Amino acid sequence: MTVGIVLVSHSAKLAEGLAELAGQMAPDVRIVPAGGLSDDGGLGTDYDEVVAATQRADSGDGVVLLYDLGSAQMTAELAVESLADPSAAVVADAPLVEGAVAAAVAAQSGANRKAVGEAAAGAGLAPDLAAVEASADDGGEEKAFTLTNDVGLHARPAAVLVRSLAGFEADVSVRLGAREADAHSVLALMSLGARQGDRIVVRACGPQAAEVLARVTELVGTNFGE
Amino acid sequence: MSCSAEGVAAALREAAEVVAEHRSELVELDRVIGDADHGENLSRGFTAMVAVLETEVPPTPAAVLKLAATTLISKVGGAAGPLYGTAFLRASAKLGDAAELDPPLLIEALRAALEGVQARGKAVGGDATMVDALIPALSAAEGAAGGSVAEVLAAAAEGADRGAESTVDLVPRKGRASYLGERAVGHMDPGARSTALLLHAFAEAAR
Repeated sequence: MTVGIVLVSHSAKLAEGLAELAGQMAPDVRIVPAGGLSDDGGLGTDYDEVVAATQRADSGDGVVLLYDLGSAQMTAELAVESLADPSAAVVADAPLVEGAVAAAVAAQSGANRKAVGEAAAGAGLAPDLAAVEASADDGGEEKAFTLTNDVGLHARPAAVLVRSLAGFEADVSVRLGAREADAHSVLALMSLGARQGDRIVVRACGPQAAEVLARVTELVGTNFGE
Repeated sequence: MSCSAEGVAAALREAAEVVAEHRSELVELDRVIGDADHGENLSRGFTAMVAVLETEVPPTPAAVLKLAATTLISKVGGAAGPLYGTAFLRASAKLGDAAELDPPLLIEALRAALEGVQARGKAVGGDATMVDALIPALSAAEGAAGGSVAEVLAAAAEGADRGAESTVDLVPRKGRASYLGERAVGHMDPGARSTALLLHAFAEAAR
């Protein structure tokens, strides 16, 4: 079971499109769009729809709701309050698109409701470059790879990489040229913009560093399953 | 009037009529600073509420307000749905199983409504929202606590009028109007106006 996600938007198309996008990176997560008014398909937020979506998204581990503008937040919060168990769901204060992607990947990795909400909220913050700089001196093991898959470290492969690392006890980063990204964050990896043919350096620190590098070798070698 | 469940239902029917009469005015106010749907949305919600009350009037004032809240939340859409829905819901919760409304209960319900709207919309006084109508409405109601239910409501409505007027000079800090900043100065907040209209309708029904 994973934490479910509800996307509350004024627009049905926006919610559905985003559910499709985030769902591609998190195949086992229930991502339920709740966009537009169900009566006439017009723009607006529909309380009954949001309540129903929240119930559908919950497979037992709770739900994180994201929203777009203004009244969407109020509708989402009201819907959570009205649940039989309001503590089963939480409304995340996050940018909708980046937050949904980050939350979906976190949920796919088995994170709990609190961590999924934090992943969403954290998606709005600038990457913490200082933390990456500091870890550069920690040693660890490094290995270089040339990306051969079509899209490089774009959304889906980045999500595959993040999910693959979830079980390992290691801090992992990916470097491209002078820039380095936390390999546990899809958005940070995507921000590197690593493409087919690019040479990346993966560094792992921690008890399972060697296993991590073996796993990444396998992923790169099989083109991330493309 | 009696302030039984039937009296509260009558006040809501009166409110629906007033909202319908002022639909264009609210649309116009919202056109300047929002998306011009406030009158339309409120009108849809109150029409639906009256239709529900026609089939059945629940047994207590609290139950009537709760029914009003759920209809508004489901039918209004936009920010006014969750805001008015929360106001009616919190007011309903304060009334318990009382069979009749009296002035002290009414004032408590008003206070709960104000607190609910503030919690839901995260607005404070001076943000140019319906909160600016509700705050003076509550304090005027408290000032008239010695009077009848009708007198308390009339005082609240006058307080709300003054509050709605005050939003003309304010820079909005919440909702879509906040994107306009200084350019919204000179326009009354549609939510504050509709709050005043609703309180006038309730006062009229209570006379």
